[in-house]
Amino acid sequence: MELAPRILEGDRRALARLISLIEDDGPPAREAMAALHPHTGRAHVIGVTGAPGTGKSTLVNELAKGFRRRGATVGIVAVDPTSPFTGGALLGDRVRMRDLAGDPGIFIRSMATRGSLGGLARATGDVVRVLDAAGFAVVLVETVGVGQAEVDIARTAHTTIVVEAPGLGDDVQALKAGLMEIADILVVNKADRPGAAQTARALEVALELGRNNAGPGKDAAWRPPVLKTIALDGSGVAEVLEAIAAHRAYLESSGLWAHRERARARDDLLRALEQELLGRLLAGVGEAAIEDWVDRIARREVDVYTAVQALIENR
Amino acid sequence: MGERLRVLIAKPGLDGHDRGAKVVARALRDAGMEVIYTGLRQTPEMIVEAALQEDVDAVGLSILSGAHMTLVPRVIQGLREAGLDHVKVFVGGIIPDEDVYALKEAGVEAIFGPGTSTLTIVEAVRRACSEG
Repeated sequence: MELAPRILEGDRRALARLISLIEDDGPPAREAMAALHPHTGRAHVIGVTGAPGTGKSTLVNELAKGFRRRGATVGIVAVDPTSPFTGGALLGDRVRMRDLAGDPGIFIRSMATRGSLGGLARATGDVVRVLDAAGFAVVLVETVGVGQAEVDIARTAHTTIVVEAPGLGDDVQALKAGLMEIADILVVNKADRPGAAQTARALEVALELGRNNAGPGKDAAWRPPVLKTIALDGSGVAEVLEAIAAHRAYLESSGLWAHRERARARDDLLRALEQELLGRLLAGVGEAAIEDWVDRIARREVDVYTAVQALIENR
Repeated sequence: MGERLRVLIAKPGLDGHDRGAKVVARALRDAGMEVIYTGLRQTPEMIVEAALQEDVDAVGLSILSGAHMTLVPRVIQGLREAGLDHVKVFVGGIIPDEDVYALKEAGVEAIFGPGTSTLTIVEAVRRACSEG
């Protein structure tokens, strides 16, 4: 039997298999995605991002338990980096999610970035959609431990949580572009450590400054709350769950939910188009011709843009 | 099978020494595999569930507690019941010679005692998984 109908019936093995096929990217994955597409669009997709060691996995574990207590099923996608040298990856986020084992209302999948930058794997968006189609009410996406510019998660999630911890940088870090700007909710985890209050205050100040210069398209009516948690013992997690629910209500009442869905559809379309067109062009031109152009560019006989024009026009 | 091998490394039972498991996980990673590391004190049920969700090609069990004759067959049986017959099972740790035969009979692909080189382990995992 094909994978898509089995997934819709709740077959977890079929779900796991399709995720692998999506990661390897082939025609069977695309057929299944086409069949599942009408069943997507129901899950609340929540991204959890932040620097390495801030406690993302532990927080995801606690959030998942909280959602389960409220009766919602939870899919989790945990992304860890692929080694640029060997292509291998050590995916260790399950270590912090032991509590979730044995619960049929939870499905956890670890993903390697496989060379993708931006904090997610190329296939993460499709994997989220498969979990959505499989009926999980909430999909939690944990990014790799990121620095400042890995903001892909904001395009994938409805609600983005940025996790900070005390002692990671002064208040100038909080003023830089990037992570701060994609946060719908800010969490200062490890709040029992010294410096937590200062970290929270620095974030509040940075938010206040950003609010005054809010550019176009910035949803100025939502002020990201700054919440303190100790994910290890669950302190403060109830407040994060409330903030997530409030953000969802805000997205729905303001029409931003539909707006974000549409923005994501556009993003998906353009990316898929780019990939497909590039693939076709390369297949048409052939590797030898590409290498020939590369040589000519390296010898300074021709520049990149002229080469591109020639490749597109003479294919 | 996927293009990239996925391997689950788990420590069933109650002993708390995971250095060997981590060394093996790192070696498999460096050989280009995607290694899902689950950490300490996993029950056979947890290991089977993780193997299913992660769609792995192989499971490596590290056991130093002496409980291998109970734990390993339960993992293998669980994998079969979940329809994961194709998943290869490897065991690392201190396994007395007289148990090696019984474990292999139960379906273990290979057993790695103390002092096994990581290269041997990488090669064994690769070979077993390419046989399909």
